Amino acid sequence: MSAQNIRDAVIIGGNRIPFARAHTAYATAGNQDMLTSTLNGLVARFGLQGEQIGTVAAGAVMKHSKNFNLTRESVLGTPLDPKTPAFDVQMACATGMEAIGSMANKIKLGQIDSAIAGGVDSISDAPIVVTDELRGILMEANRAKTLSQRLKALSKIRPAHLAPQAPGVNEPRTGMSMGEHMAITAHAWGITRAEQDELALASHKNLAAAYDRGFFDDLITPFKNVSRDTNMRADSTLEKLGKLSPAFGKDLGAEATMTAANSTALTDGASAVLLGSEEWADQHDLPKLANFIDYEEGAVDFVDGAEGLLMAPAYAAARMLKRNNLSFSDFEYLEIHEAFASTVLAQIKAWESEEFCKNKLGLDSALGTIDRSRLNVNGSSLAAGHPFAATGGRIVASLAKALHGKPGKLGFISVCAAGGQGITAIIEGR
Amino acid sequence: MARDTYTEFANTGFGRTLTKNLGLPQPAKLRRHRPGRPLIDGPVVVLGSSEAASALADRLLSWDLDVRRHLGPKEKVAGVVACFDSASSPADLSETVLEIGMLLKQLKPSGRVITVSRDPQGTSDPSVRAARSAVQGLTRSTAHEMRAGGTANGIVLADELDPSAPGVAGALRFLLSGRSAFVSGQFISVDSVNGALPQNWDRPLQGQVAVVTGAARGIGASIARVLHRDGASLILVDIPAAGEQLAAVANEVSGTALQLDITAENAGERILGHARQHHGRLDIVVHNAGITRDKLLANMDESRWNSVIAVNIESQLRMNRAFLASDLFNSDARGAMGPRIISLASTSGIAGNRGQTNYAASKAGVMGMVSATADQLAARHGTINAVAPGFIETEMTAKIPFATREVARRLNSLNQGGLPVDVAETISFLASPQAGGTSGLTLRVCGQNLVGA
Repeated sequence: MSAQNIRDAVIIGGNRIPFARAHTAYATAGNQDMLTSTLNGLVARFGLQGEQIGTVAAGAVMKHSKNFNLTRESVLGTPLDPKTPAFDVQMACATGMEAIGSMANKIKLGQIDSAIAGGVDSISDAPIVVTDELRGILMEANRAKTLSQRLKALSKIRPAHLAPQAPGVNEPRTGMSMGEHMAITAHAWGITRAEQDELALASHKNLAAAYDRGFFDDLITPFKNVSRDTNMRADSTLEKLGKLSPAFGKDLGAEATMTAANSTALTDGASAVLLGSEEWADQHDLPKLANFIDYEEGAVDFVDGAEGLLMAPAYAAARMLKRNNLSFSDFEYLEIHEAFASTVLAQIKAWESEEFCKNKLGLDSALGTIDRSRLNVNGSSLAAGHPFAATGGRIVASLAKALHGKPGKLGFISVCAAGGQGITAIIEGR
Repeated sequence: MARDTYTEFANTGFGRTLTKNLGLPQPAKLRRHRPGRPLIDGPVVVLGSSEAASALADRLLSWDLDVRRHLGPKEKVAGVVACFDSASSPADLSETVLEIGMLLKQLKPSGRVITVSRDPQGTSDPSVRAARSAVQGLTRSTAHEMRAGGTANGIVLADELDPSAPGVAGALRFLLSGRSAFVSGQFISVDSVNGALPQNWDRPLQGQVAVVTGAARGIGASIARVLHRDGASLILVDIPAAGEQLAAVANEVSGTALQLDITAENAGERILGHARQHHGRLDIVVHNAGITRDKLLANMDESRWNSVIAVNIESQLRMNRAFLASDLFNSDARGAMGPRIISLASTSGIAGNRGQTNYAASKAGVMGMVSATADQLAARHGTINAVAPGFIETEMTAKIPFATREVARRLNSLNQGGLPVDVAETISFLASPQAGGTSGLTLRVCGQNLVGA
């Protein structure tokens, strides 16, 4: 297809429910409840009742097997036209970004005129898996043709088989948690405790200030009587953050720097973004906040320790910036998701490092520096929380709103993900 | 909403007999509007021989009603329209008044008595003004005597106004219909020939865009439902913290939810911006959002006083300035019906209420604002009015202690509390094209409540 046939994919707006710390306000709400409520809020915000949307793409990282059709089932719980198709996406913490990016591409190609993309995650309602032994016995009993065969199978169950297998966020290939992986990377890059705490504090302050000036009034719809992210600590200080003991990398002893406060807490929540072609937005009298310009996926070989688990966005960004002939100084705002404060700091250091950029990214020089006054200006994952699949939708909607009214100004997005993956993206205000 | 178990009981066979024998109040099940149902269930008698009497009889006939000038002794009647517009002395009233008296016993449940008279302020002749004022006294007293859900109200015509004006027809139809179920002992003044009759009486707001503040629950949500039923497209506003319920109401009525604190400096501009984006027009504003922070004046603190004034009246003044400065809120310029503003007042603002100095001040302020803003709206053929609810069954009144609530419910001519839909119906009427002749008015929806509530 020739370039002339590519049209703009417009970000019209978004909606999310406030993010809540795991096992608190949303403990009894499942993924489908949260995603449905988020979609309902989006429908109400833009008057989409009865509307047939091109495609709805969303997903969850922690998903029950019964939720195999999570997004479609959620759509059926809204006033959207039931003829709206939907599918599930999963790319760990980058799920939401992948859903948004791929839907934007469909719009650009003219395959669809409108889309909703987002994600949801609940740690509180995580699926619990039974042991392989118990599952084998149950499946055998299920296959049994007679009662005696069934009883014989079931008689094999032993107490040890009944122990539930807690869902883990550990990397299956290394057995290490994300935090332990990041502790190694942070240490290797010499990220200090002080700069992590400063980044965490800025996240809380920026988020609280954004709430106070009403920035989230048209981005968030309350859920279960929660109207603000519950992880946010507006009164946080460097002093308070400094008192916490390290949570990850304890084997580093005195050199451990990652605490519960400069790491993002496990969180429940959901988000959705409404996308459309220009024509579709105009026909429906909907706002056009920003264009979705481009996105890039990346992955690193972290298994043998050749690269840090969460460093994939460093590589994706380099390719994406080169393709679009841009540098960091071209961006009005930069949104870098913090799985941990040290993730952001390690990425920034990597981009500033001539050695890394030459050796790893294959560039002639360092990629550039990041103007901190443009980084995560309306708060970020450390304060808002990070319900894995919901983070992309939070970032895209907030950044599009921040860029609205600044035609041509660019926004940069970076989201790291489990499995050594990541996504970066560019959007442009209008 | 608390259940009115007494009214439920009094409407059973045994309950009816018992309450009658004991001389207890007998609250009736009120006739309420349902789209597609007949306007009124039975003959309507038009009394009087004035200009208005023949104009209104013609109007009623055009609605296919069974219109009579006299009624046989055994027949039942659903409504009585008594025209006193030509009375020039109190002695002129007697013939028609006595005819009303004879018809009262033949009136069906939820029957209607509507008097039509001229504005007393329109004349300086003592005898004429006496006659016109007398009609208001007799109407209010008749309302107190009505039984079985019946109401009595008046239409007051400006001096010289042609009784065939659309505003007169609009008021007449509203008062005859189930839309006015909880309006009694009130007067709707019609001051101008402005307004137009709708093409479809069941969808008078077709094509209009309305914003309703405080729409997430209670009376606000009811207003949204009724305006939607009557054909309006809706923008629903409430504070961000009420966003979940607001979204549910918006999805129910196919409107858009705008989370907004109306006390924000730019609230009016935000609403205008939303209306411009999504509809390209704004025709109707319903200022429903309000709060109570009750306390005896002796214990009143600054924040209770200031917050009630800020939400209930200052915000409306500020938003109205923005609306009136905007071309968007000038549907007259597009050749349509003029813009409409309807504010929620309260009977507390009329009679006062112990422990509500702040609330009553704000609601009396609303009435003052409405009467003073009428001229500005008139310039664009628009109207502004207030609705003053009495005791309405809501989540708020359900919190009143049982005994107080029971007394408050029975302290009106209909012996029961009104429903949110009753307030909403009156607001929808004032928002409609057929109410274009009425402006600057505060209309009570209180079942002729004796005091403020």
